[in-house]
Amino acid sequence: MKSDNPYGTGVTHHMLSVLVKNRPGVLARVTSLFARRGYNIFSLAVAPTEEDDYSRISIVVDVESAPLEQMVKQLFKLVDVVRISELDPRKSVERELMVATVKSAAEERGQIVELVNIFEGKILSVGPDALTVSLDGSPEKLDDFSELLRQYGIIESQRTGRVALPKLDRIARKSAPKGKAS
Amino acid sequence: MSHRDAKHNDELTGAQALIKSLEMSSVDVMFGLPGGCILPAYDPLIESTIRHILVRHEQGAGHMAEGYAHVTGRPGVAMVTSGPAATNMVTPLCDAYMDSIPMVCITGQVPTSAIGTDAFQECDTVGITRSVTKHNELIMSADDLPMAIAQAFHIATTGRPGPVLIDVPKDVLQSKMKWYWPTADEIEDSLPGYKPTTKGHARMIKEAAQLILRSEKPLLYVGGGVLKARAAEALRELAELTQIPVVTTLMARGAFPDDHPLALGMPGMHGTATAVTAMQKSDLLIALGARFDDRVTGRVNAFAPDAKIIHVDVDPAEQGKVRKPDVPIVGDCRLVIEEMVKAIKDLLASGALQADVGPWRSRVSGWKEQFPLAYDKNEPGGALKPQFCLEKIRDAAPDGTILVSGVGQHQMWASQYWQFNEPYTWVNSGGLGTMGFSVPAAIGAKVGRPDKTVWAIDGDGCFQMTAQELVTASIERIPIKVGILNNSNLGMVRQWQEMFYDKRYSEVYFPKDIPNFAKWAEAMGCVGIRVDDESEVESAIDKANSINDRPVVVDFCVDSDEKVFPMVAVGQSNDDIILQPSQNARREFLR
Repeated sequence: MKSDNPYGTGVTHHMLSVLVKNRPGVLARVTSLFARRGYNIFSLAVAPTEEDDYSRISIVVDVESAPLEQMVKQLFKLVDVVRISELDPRKSVERELMVATVKSAAEERGQIVELVNIFEGKILSVGPDALTVSLDGSPEKLDDFSELLRQYGIIESQRTGRVALPKLDRIARKSAPKGKAS
Repeated sequence: MSHRDAKHNDELTGAQALIKSLEMSSVDVMFGLPGGCILPAYDPLIESTIRHILVRHEQGAGHMAEGYAHVTGRPGVAMVTSGPAATNMVTPLCDAYMDSIPMVCITGQVPTSAIGTDAFQECDTVGITRSVTKHNELIMSADDLPMAIAQAFHIATTGRPGPVLIDVPKDVLQSKMKWYWPTADEIEDSLPGYKPTTKGHARMIKEAAQLILRSEKPLLYVGGGVLKARAAEALRELAELTQIPVVTTLMARGAFPDDHPLALGMPGMHGTATAVTAMQKSDLLIALGARFDDRVTGRVNAFAPDAKIIHVDVDPAEQGKVRKPDVPIVGDCRLVIEEMVKAIKDLLASGALQADVGPWRSRVSGWKEQFPLAYDKNEPGGALKPQFCLEKIRDAAPDGTILVSGVGQHQMWASQYWQFNEPYTWVNSGGLGTMGFSVPAAIGAKVGRPDKTVWAIDGDGCFQMTAQELVTASIERIPIKVGILNNSNLGMVRQWQEMFYDKRYSEVYFPKDIPNFAKWAEAMGCVGIRVDDESEVESAIDKANSINDRPVVVDFCVDSDEKVFPMVAVGQSNDDIILQPSQNARREFLR
């Protein structure tokens, strides 16, 4: 599995895009399955899709904790899970949003604003000694931004977890089986 | 209000719709106990064609439903109220989940307006049972009831069977709905995420057939899935066509006749030396509806080291969960085995030859001869041997007798010493290992197959967990027979303390005379018999077999020191099987 790891060697995070019926408790079913089987979730984002009846859960899983194939098959056994795609980062677009409140004494404010502009982020809120900024982009870009902000002092920050869809310029790879487990 | 009083034919209360839905699902019997929130559903039950068996504890209802499902193949149904009743049902649900037993459980719930307020007898039933059910649902509108019940039966009985729980708030049972019943297509369309694969992949089946014909030391590793798929006949055809020996796991006893020359008995922790060793030495394991349980494999990295694996299972997640298969086949065992037989016949017809399995078979037969199940016989005046009692019950049992056991030493002896020659004659708690399973499961089995003799083999520890259901059996006239192998200990725990904890016995002793099991049985409306000496064994069994108007309990007071052999200790390799001491001298033959 390591050799064809699209995230590069040593990276143990894979992304699953899970289409589920949009009903009460469905997220609990997915997360309790992960807890019960000892699978680790790195990040998770969930929202309704273009069709009201369905939601899409984007899960970044840690394949150190269990083989990806087992995770996919166990997920498929949930009656409310309709489809699972493993998203290859080379063939999908990934985005994540981060908001962060950063310490900014008056003399440092200019530097931070410049940094936000370089990264094409936004200033959401300005206080006497702090700024709240937002940035969306690839998870790596957010990592870089976050690292650069750190020197000023991050008071609080929140990331959404990745969301992704297959790229349009080629047919999305469907690595997961089409049939549904019992 | 009953069905007949309903204003319009098609307008029902949720409660009426629930009971009618159960009738539409061909339910003929259910096990349960009423209480506050499920009360409305018990009213239309009075007019229903469904027989309701009133239990003494909700756990009993669950195990009865399991016993019923085990022997009939039809889903067992249990109905109880909210809160403590639902939590009492958790053990049977988990038991059914682990052993893939089709079961539908209805629980009452506090009214929708009270959910989340910590109301009287409220608990988060769907939350609590999520990980022990194949699926569960909280129903928020009476209109949803018929579809939910129809889906429950569909999910419980198809693919890998399992328990489904439907939680129904009291006000949903009381509100009005317009009756409908979904068609099979509507049920399937309503479950876009549920499409079990039943037909095996043709190319994989052909590959399996080729591998089978090429192998010199093949072994059929048969699990409970073969019974769930009603595949015993197909299995027999496959075994006889290829002359491949068969091991049947604890969940599969009876799937292949024990008196067949190809039968090697049970593998695993307390399996026969032949079955365990055959797995270790095999070059091809054909796993059919088996899940490579730790009690079968012993230490996984030392399990069947030279064997290739063909793994047939209806649950794709079982493929590669423990051991990576060389040929994975997802599908229903019966359909796949039938296709496999066809593929092998086609290959043979086209001139392919099967490798010579003769030397392998004679090696296996040698083990069978050298290492039969054995125990030290009763000594005159000495303690009665539990295996001896089992042999006597077995020899006196009418054909087709169903054997039900609890969990522990008695369970292993029962599985070892009984001769299972027919499918669906063995009921036990395999995966979860639920002490107390046997009495209620035997009651459910007898309800499902009233034409058959049902013997429950129990331990003195197990019996004390669920014995009160014998009151249910007496009052409902369900004449089961219970043989307690009373060694006045938690026998299996004692065995481990003797073997692995330096005989430092800790909290395993149960006094032989308290309770007095025979008197307790009489108090519950059963016939109670106590057996202390070898000379009384046969007459007690004959008496038990002759009584058919009430349950009978026979208390066999047996040797406390007797242990279950062979044994593969936890975490050890199957190669390091501990033999019955009298066979140690022959150990070198296990090569």
